[in-house]
Amino acid sequence: MKNEKPETGAFFQRDRAWHPPMLTPGYKTSVSRAPQRAPISFPGTLSEITGPAFGHAMLGEHDNDLTQNFARPGESAIGPRIIVYGRVLDERGIGLSNVLVEFWQANAGGRYRHKKDGYLAPLDPNFGGCGRTITDEEGNYSFLTVMPGPYPWPNGQNDWRPAHIHFSVFGHGFVQRLVTQMYFEGDPMIWLCPIVNTIPDRAAVEGLIAALDMQATVPMDARAYKFDIVLRGRRSTLFENRMEGN
Amino acid sequence: MAQKLTRLKESASQTAGPYVHIGLTPNLSGITGVYPEDLGTRLAGEKARGERIRVEMRVFDGTGTPVKDTLIELWQADADGLYNSPSEARGAADPHFAGWGRVASDMETGVLTFETIKPGRVPFPDGRMMAPHISLWIVARGLNLGLATRMYFADEEEANAKDPVLTRIEHQNRVPTLIAGRNGNTYTFDIHLQGDRETVFFDI
Ligand SMILES: [Fe+3]
Repeated sequence: MKNEKPETGAFFQRDRAWHPPMLTPGYKTSVSRAPQRAPISFPGTLSEITGPAFGHAMLGEHDNDLTQNFARPGESAIGPRIIVYGRVLDERGIGLSNVLVEFWQANAGGRYRHKKDGYLAPLDPNFGGCGRTITDEEGNYSFLTVMPGPYPWPNGQNDWRPAHIHFSVFGHGFVQRLVTQMYFEGDPMIWLCPIVNTIPDRAAVEGLIAALDMQATVPMDARAYKFDIVLRGRRSTLFENRMEGN
Repeated sequence: MAQKLTRLKESASQTAGPYVHIGLTPNLSGITGVYPEDLGTRLAGEKARGERIRVEMRVFDGTGTPVKDTLIELWQADADGLYNSPSEARGAADPHFAGWGRVASDMETGVLTFETIKPGRVPFPDGRMMAPHISLWIVARGLNLGLATRMYFADEEEANAKDPVLTRIEHQNRVPTLIAGRNGNTYTFDIHLQGDRETVFFDI
């Protein structure tokens, strides 16, 4: 999308049968929070088609290095070092440039730096757990972190989250906004998780599992996982009837 | 067999979880020194044009309990009805007005407070003008997909009555769930996730 005019088409309809439904009793918190009435649809207006833009200038040197961005000088977060990289694409397969990607995760022991996390695994004094980056012209992003640990959570008596990284992704329009989670190839805990299992379709879950990529590792330093993120596609405006005032 | 369509599927959504503030408002959650400030705390710069307003929102679950771990993002036009976005083809928006903001519930009271300016009117695709509104995106623990809705303004009665979105809501008795009441310069807006007063949410 280099040097092209920004797109102004409306977005493809979201496939709500592919996403988890709002009400998923296996994930207990959804029961009192899921809206119960049908959501209302209307054609994408400028309020949906436009969205905020973020510039690379806002990024600090270590924003995409979770091993360093909270660490004391000369120290580093504890845990297996990994690079997470991939592309942000839309449903047409087009790489999306200048997209803000934010991520957060537990430390290598499965503990979050948060008042409400009382898990007995210790905090790592050198690990904050958040980072961010912005995609390049082709939609590529990458960051360095440590492998997060699995952790137990109050839902059933013995429910555990598989190792995961939370992602928040902007697109070019406000209704492309997406929050999701990345899982790790080969983890048997994925298929036991009530939050993963809110997703009805196995192929949709597989789309959230990052692949181990031994070609993208840094030898003697960090292994690599590839995680592509797909946002809603948008319609071409080439043949659209444009009414007065639009 | 016909040719294959080569479209991809959107990545499936997952809940933002209880620790969304670590990722999106780290300074607020006590993780300082990573970013100089949390993103989206200031919508309107000092020189932004328009009427300055304050908004207080609350979110309630199906039992009527305030939800205290939610995060809401706002998107709105400037005072002239222009969006500060590369996809805004009608003209340049006020450079002092970002139009986008991010606000977290107060962990004690659940209230989400932000300061902005009142947006101008923006056209619907058929050219009719929409009433002034702020688009909202709501995430929290227990929400499997971010919720979309809009906040309209109680003192825009005439514009609201003709708004192309509000008028297409089949059950017109639900329209008040989208309208914020005004008290001085402060608008208050309650979002109900469930129940008799369930807010109208959008699939857009
Ligand atoms: Fe988590």
